[in-house]
Amino acid sequence: MSRFAIETVGLNHHFGSQAVVKNLSLQVPKGSIYGFLGPNGAGKTTTIKLLLNLLQSPADTVFIFGKELNQNRIASLKQMGSLVEQPAIYAHLTGKENLINRCILLGIDKTKATEMLALVGLTEAANKKAGKYSLGMKQRLGIALALIADPELLLLDEPTNGLDPNGIIEIRNLMMDLTTKHGKTILVSSHLLAEIERTATHVGIINKGELLFQGTIGELQSLSKPSVKIEVDDQATAANILSSNGTEILNEIEGAIHIPYTGKADMGSLNSLLIKNGLTVYSIGTERKDLEHLFLDITSKN
Amino acid sequence: MRSLYISFISEFYKSRKTLAFWAAIILPLVICGLIAFGYYTSSEKILKYNYNGMMLWFQYSSAALGVMGMLILPFYVMFMAFSVNNIEHKNDTWKTLFSQPLNKFSIYAAKYLYAATLLLICIFLFALLTYSTGYLLQALVPKYTFNDYSPAIILSKFYMKLFLASLGILSVQFVLSLIWGDFLKPMGIGFIGTIAGIITANVGWKHAYLIPYSDPTLALKITKASKNARPEDMPIFTQEVWVSLAYGLILFIVGYFILLKRNIK
Repeated sequence: MSRFAIETVGLNHHFGSQAVVKNLSLQVPKGSIYGFLGPNGAGKTTTIKLLLNLLQSPADTVFIFGKELNQNRIASLKQMGSLVEQPAIYAHLTGKENLINRCILLGIDKTKATEMLALVGLTEAANKKAGKYSLGMKQRLGIALALIADPELLLLDEPTNGLDPNGIIEIRNLMMDLTTKHGKTILVSSHLLAEIERTATHVGIINKGELLFQGTIGELQSLSKPSVKIEVDDQATAANILSSNGTEILNEIEGAIHIPYTGKADMGSLNSLLIKNGLTVYSIGTERKDLEHLFLDITSKN
Repeated sequence: MRSLYISFISEFYKSRKTLAFWAAIILPLVICGLIAFGYYTSSEKILKYNYNGMMLWFQYSSAALGVMGMLILPFYVMFMAFSVNNIEHKNDTWKTLFSQPLNKFSIYAAKYLYAATLLLICIFLFALLTYSTGYLLQALVPKYTFNDYSPAIILSKFYMKLFLASLGILSVQFVLSLIWGDFLKPMGIGFIGTIAGIITANVGWKHAYLIPYSDPTLALKITKASKNARPEDMPIFTQEVWVSLAYGLILFIVGYFILLKRNIK
């Protein structure tokens, strides 16, 4: 058995002459929460549609739990639950009826519907028409629909879209529960890194159809080099002193000077140097570029 | 087969609260109810004609069949074919439907089959209600001669023909509604088709049977003409019925490929 829940090998997809997915090689390890990141229009939804066989993929490019997707469409789909773009809900049916309909299609026990409603906190709205649900409620119902068959692999396309902070936290906790307690694998797409950096174990960054980074969240963090932030009473003099000392100045913004981090000892000697020259050092410390900026850096490269 | 069955049940479950489903039941109830009411309240006028049993049944059933075959049936078929597909267009649920672990063809076939079933239910109710209200009228107005002739065979044949002759329209409208998510295009084309169908069928254009929209009218017209022969011997599989079935089969297959292509976008 493959150790990947999803593996794509040199996957390409075109809409007419426009390449939407280019040579994509995703590797989503089993049991991971894989954050699939990219700006709007990067090809995230197209990729998810390819993974669900909604769009035809070339032979031997998409593997779900080690099995080729086109050859094993039904068997693969049985292991997947999905939420693609806006949740697809029958507006004239109630939340519960939407779930029962899915139970019919999947041939599972209808009592699962009640269970799922409780899981996503929609028990009270069970008999309300789904068309009258708020965006957040629809999103929850969409997640319930994706989870109802208890799939091994979940594909969630921007699942926290339209949810309030509370709802976002709930979904986050639910995702963590599903992977840690139930051994599920989740691929979750987003255009906001901040949204998934706390839950994802692995990250793939896509832009214009190309995969720019793939690895663990730790590997992503290690990409960003730390800097030293120094705050002093006289910034101009400090900058002069530092440059004449041969220190590279990265930038001077918001009343602080940023220089590259080279080690604790260097940081200490720079501190003494400034003080010896009669300056008052308010603060000196390392700073790591946040992932959000890193994400922007990576996606702006191509 | 299991995929087909499951999808069919789901189609019923989804649409059981929609107008398309209820119209299949309400339409025959209302139309047959109105005609029966008319025959009850103006019984004296009708009794003056001194129809024999067969003629009375003929007059009585053609009241429903005439309106039905020409206008209401094509419009109901248009609306219903639209509604069965629009449920997915409107809610953007095609993608969900096709990401279920079910055979793609079964999902499509179940939709088509469901539309055909609704039509069958509607037509069956028309036959049943025409038959039962006739005998109800006999009980209410004893002077009527409904008891003198049993219309079971002829009514079944009439309505069977009507059903088969409508499958062509159903398929055309089904495919149009698959392609377009909005109401106006399939409805507009259907409307023009129906008008053209009525005109060509009534002026007796010799190729009218090639237009699916004229087939129901033609199916009924021929039966009217042959009323001098023994009506029970009326053939069901006439030219226009075969044409309708051929349209049905071809467009059923075409529709599947349209749907497959649709999903690629």
